[in-house]
Amino acid sequence: MSVTLLFAIVLALAFVGYLLGRSSAANLKTAGNNLHSIPPYHGYFVALWCGLPALLLVLVWMAAQSTVVDQLLLASLPSHLTEGATPARISLMLGEIKNVAAGRIFGTPDQATIDAAARYQSMQNTASLAMVVCTLAAAVAGIAFARSRLSPDFRARNRVDGILRWLLIICSILAILTTLGIILSLVIESLSFFARVPVVEFLFGLNWSPQTPIRADQVASTGAFGAVPVFWGTIFISVIAMLVALPVGLFSAIYLVEYADKRIRAIVKPLLEILAGIPTIVYGFFAVLTVAPFIRDFGTSLGLSVASNSALAAGGVMGIMIIPFISSFSDDAITAVPQSMRDGAYALGATKAETIRQVLLPAALPGIVGGVLLAVSRAIGETMIVVMAAGLTATLTVNPLEGVTTVTVQIVMLLTGDTEFDSPKTLAAFGLGLVLFISTLALNILALQVVKRYRERYE
Amino acid sequence: MLDTTEASGMVMNKTAEEAGALAKAVSTAKAGHETKIAASKVSVFYGDKQALFDVSIDIPERQVMAFIGPSGCGKSTFLRCINRMNDTIDICSVKGTIEIDGANIYDPKIDPVLLRARVGMVFQKPNPFPKSIYDNIAYGPRIHGVAKAGSAMDEIVERSLQRAALWNEVKDRLDQPGTGLSGGQQQRLCIARAIAVDPDIILMDEPCSALDPIATAKVEELIDELRAQYTIVIVTHSMQQAARVSQKAAFFHLGKLIEVDETDKMFTNPSDQRTQDYITGRFG
Repeated sequence: MSVTLLFAIVLALAFVGYLLGRSSAANLKTAGNNLHSIPPYHGYFVALWCGLPALLLVLVWMAAQSTVVDQLLLASLPSHLTEGATPARISLMLGEIKNVAAGRIFGTPDQATIDAAARYQSMQNTASLAMVVCTLAAAVAGIAFARSRLSPDFRARNRVDGILRWLLIICSILAILTTLGIILSLVIESLSFFARVPVVEFLFGLNWSPQTPIRADQVASTGAFGAVPVFWGTIFISVIAMLVALPVGLFSAIYLVEYADKRIRAIVKPLLEILAGIPTIVYGFFAVLTVAPFIRDFGTSLGLSVASNSALAAGGVMGIMIIPFISSFSDDAITAVPQSMRDGAYALGATKAETIRQVLLPAALPGIVGGVLLAVSRAIGETMIVVMAAGLTATLTVNPLEGVTTVTVQIVMLLTGDTEFDSPKTLAAFGLGLVLFISTLALNILALQVVKRYRERYE
Repeated sequence: MLDTTEASGMVMNKTAEEAGALAKAVSTAKAGHETKIAASKVSVFYGDKQALFDVSIDIPERQVMAFIGPSGCGKSTFLRCINRMNDTIDICSVKGTIEIDGANIYDPKIDPVLLRARVGMVFQKPNPFPKSIYDNIAYGPRIHGVAKAGSAMDEIVERSLQRAALWNEVKDRLDQPGTGLSGGQQQRLCIARAIAVDPDIILMDEPCSALDPIATAKVEELIDELRAQYTIVIVTHSMQQAARVSQKAAFFHLGKLIEVDETDKMFTNPSDQRTQDYITGRFG
């Protein structure tokens, strides 16, 4: 029986439980009792008791089954096969047995393996059957238990609310735990990187060339992990992006809020926000195939030497991507400035431009700054555009026509292709990731703080 | 340097003028005043909806004219015609003429920005800018180039705050945000801000509706002092307030001007039945 079918049956049982609970509560009511909770809550109570333990059991069972079966299988193997075998050898053996059991037979397996495969198959079948039986038993037991609790005074509503509250808490904890897990894995891997490369060298070194020899006799550079040029590349490209996005985004927001009439606004605003919906990989090939060649040809015609993967192309296109962030945040911030501020300024004889410059923008500034900071953290973490359009070599330059590389590009380079998980080259990615994570986190927190202070202002 | 001397000269003149005007106002309280604002056949439309019907009224200078009437009767709409604030609402259109000192303010040659420098406005809810107290006052003079910075501006700020009876309360914290003041102080700050551009006329749109009784009393006292210097038009929902602060009153009903008269007369012996009904509280 498939797990999906099992789930369906449990859900059906829960529904039956709901009907049973509701009808027995309704019966209590017609018998003249004064119920604490209305009948549907009794129904929900029974349904939850039927469904939740059963579903939980299925999840735990499925998580544990393979380990338990593997252990049983191992114990049943002839001792000459398992004795003194390395863990790698044992997992290879188990893999072969499972392959045979699934009918994927390579070469001629020995008799012990074929026997084991048969045992494995039967153990799996038994386990699955046991799971179905136990789950259904749990569901039915849940219904029986919950129904026995029902009485006129039973506080079904409070119980159901309590259970739902716990479900909600578990969901939010799950999200938090995932974040914590990511941070933890980043930190642990980074620590093992920093055990090989000193932190100071990583944070302040000027030379980045992570290629390390894989074999002792290989001709390769020894590997240098000074990340300053990489971080510089990220900062440089982000600055270029902000130089494009900030004026365009802010000015279009001002136009949309203060100058455009309603019909134009209704068309232009969604069009601007479409920019946010374009996949970054599309921006990427726009940068590589359209913008970069244009900049190179234009530069060449002026007699400048322009790299084909110039920081200008990558940063410029990233700026276009960020425009909607800035414009919609600024739009919200300017719209949120009370009309009375505008009236006050106009009544003093201020022109529209004076009102915007001296009253609206200062009042909206915290909101705009919040949006800009979020946009910056987006720019720093942006990957696809720079992987396609930015360079691969870490150069410490302030010339936007040269190619630079970014943190995200380097992480992609370090982790794609054949990698060993214990070489500094691979681990360097975690070091970079950690610094990147910390900086975008800091920017986000800063942005939220700024936005929060702004909100307190007019309420 | 030029600015400074000019400004201080102006201050001297103003104070002398103020004293003279005050004496004059006291002596001629009941006497006739020249017409400052003359509106004729003013109609206002919000899109297709007509909000004001052929309003004609003469508003005398250096007096307080109160507009009274039930909610939605068009008194605020008419007030906003006098400094062309209705121009800032896209769907709003105004017909008819309003003359200030004999010049039609709806003449295409008139720049509403310059007009608003002559006709100040105070709003229902205090709306100080999120700037310092000093910058709130200095905003108007600065954009009109009356004074740049330094001592000339300091004098304008001090004079405006003194006239708005706020100076003593805020003189030690001019650099703090105007939004940090109490509601009544904020409203007096807005009055000071309007005075700072040196207008002839001050429009007040229910200036006390967001204030407590004590703050209201202070603002009313201030309005009474200001009329020696400025022509004041005030929209109010409070009959008592109209009686306390105004010399003349205009009653609006359903977008029409029903009656204009001396406040005393209107409150004791109104000539229109609707005015009487409103004043005695039968509707509104």
